[in-house]
Amino acid sequence: MEINRELFDKIAGLAKLNFSEDQREAMMEDMSKIITWVQKLEELDTRGVEPLVNMSHELNVTREDKPAEHLDREIVLRNAPRTKDGFIMVPKVID
Amino acid sequence: MIEPGYKVAIGLEVHVQLSTDTKLFCDDSNEFGLKENTQVGLVSLAYPGTLPVLNENALEMAIRLAIACNSEIPPITLFDRKNYFYPDLPKGYQITQDRAPVAVGGYIPVGDKKVQLTKMHLEEDAGKSIHTDGANYSLIDYNRAGTPLVEIVTEPVIVSAAQAGKVFSTVRKLVRYLEVSDGNMEHGSLRCDVNISLSKTETLGSKVEIKNLNSIRFVQKAIEFEIKRQTDLLDSGKEVISETRLFDSVNNSTSSMREKETLNDYRYFPDPDLPGIELRKEFIDRVRNSMSLTPWEAQHILKTKYLLPDYDAAVISEEKELFKYYCTAAESCANYKLLANWIMGPVKNYINDTGDSDVKFPFNPEKMAELIEAIDRGKVTKNAAQKVLFPEMIGTLRSVGELITDLGLAENKEDELTLIIDELSNEFPKEWSLMKSGQKKLIGMFMGQVMKRTGGKADPAKAKELLMNKIG
Repeated sequence: MEINRELFDKIAGLAKLNFSEDQREAMMEDMSKIITWVQKLEELDTRGVEPLVNMSHELNVTREDKPAEHLDREIVLRNAPRTKDGFIMVPKVID
Repeated sequence: MIEPGYKVAIGLEVHVQLSTDTKLFCDDSNEFGLKENTQVGLVSLAYPGTLPVLNENALEMAIRLAIACNSEIPPITLFDRKNYFYPDLPKGYQITQDRAPVAVGGYIPVGDKKVQLTKMHLEEDAGKSIHTDGANYSLIDYNRAGTPLVEIVTEPVIVSAAQAGKVFSTVRKLVRYLEVSDGNMEHGSLRCDVNISLSKTETLGSKVEIKNLNSIRFVQKAIEFEIKRQTDLLDSGKEVISETRLFDSVNNSTSSMREKETLNDYRYFPDPDLPGIELRKEFIDRVRNSMSLTPWEAQHILKTKYLLPDYDAAVISEEKELFKYYCTAAESCANYKLLANWIMGPVKNYINDTGDSDVKFPFNPEKMAELIEAIDRGKVTKNAAQKVLFPEMIGTLRSVGELITDLGLAENKEDELTLIIDELSNEFPKEWSLMKSGQKKLIGMFMGQVMKRTGGKADPAKAKELLMNKIG
């Protein structure tokens, strides 16, 4: 399946990603290849087969409503590129 | 408010934050108001390899709501992913329910109307973003990320701002009765999105959504503004654009939130990390048998068992604690209406004056019953009971009978009448002096007032004697 410009821009927009013209060409080509490869699965006749959502056939897996120990804030913030007063700092986002 | 010829259709989406101890899919604490980023673990932060596991208590709370609203509970409920990219959502998707929500249909009774529900579903909340004016960054607190919500969605059957306000306040009452949420709107435990459309025909007009309203008044103001705005647009032949708007609580107006060039595509799909939940009959019955009554059931009991008027029933059923207090006291006293008056008056005033968010009663309901009995049997006048006895009863172990004797209230009837007559002479100075100067027919008016103020309990002969003595 060929990924056209319109579809590519929509997907990039949803993921909030920007691409230069060169990057875009390369990406579109890669995506087309990947999807074509996965599309192989469409050859299989799945009429009458229920979609498989979970690999496990277990049902009703729940847990008790009991708090456990938390991560220290220091550890929580350790992987954040920037922090301020206990908050994680991100580029300004107002949607 | 709605111009003739227009039809308005309003639907609400109420987000109820559940008062569980932990989050919806992990064991981080669900307490409100802790220091930022101190209630987050690996699941809340979406570290690779972590898996969500459903909180059984949150599920049970959702089922309570479903039972209370007479919703249909499907045999199996499933979780789905709603994909969108935003920094307060670490996974890049929100776990919610799309294909098989926990409840379908049902209704919320508001006055004589049953406001039909579309569905209820469980979902996790996102973290909190703080935007500072002028700063080139936003601050993120993930404490709220993953806290459990039930979203209650009504059909677009609400026809006015006032009715929408009533639906929202009824939901608040309900969640407090069922003990599934504290219903604290200031803390965001209860938030509401409003969908509203105006039309000149039977078909619904363009749908406008107003997001994130956290007070009953804001819901009403936002709807009033929108009805006016949409009426003006349609009157001048313009179109209403289907969009999301934000409410400005300073100006009581709404403004466009974003130009939806392309509708946001959430790409829902089944969450493979979460197995389905069978909602077996035994489980639902267990929840049903252990849950509280609903506010409308409470109201019904007050009206049918205790024969209270609609107004009294509505006031007393406002809080479950007040309702329970009433019912316990009513077991040991005979005059239900008098008890209602005292609960709506002095008791409610006392509760309001403590200013506490928890309901604190002046004394236990058994004592309240003793007080009502004493008044009802004429052992103490209403006036003395209210001014002297009631305050004395707070914080003492002595019985009402003892207090009446010790405080000399039993013998005080004459003083009581004198006091009332003094009051009347101050309140009606003109009539008083006319009576004094010989207008006999005014005696009847003053006697009427005395009887009214003593609840008909004063001895008329005694009252008249005191009155005549007073005017000399």
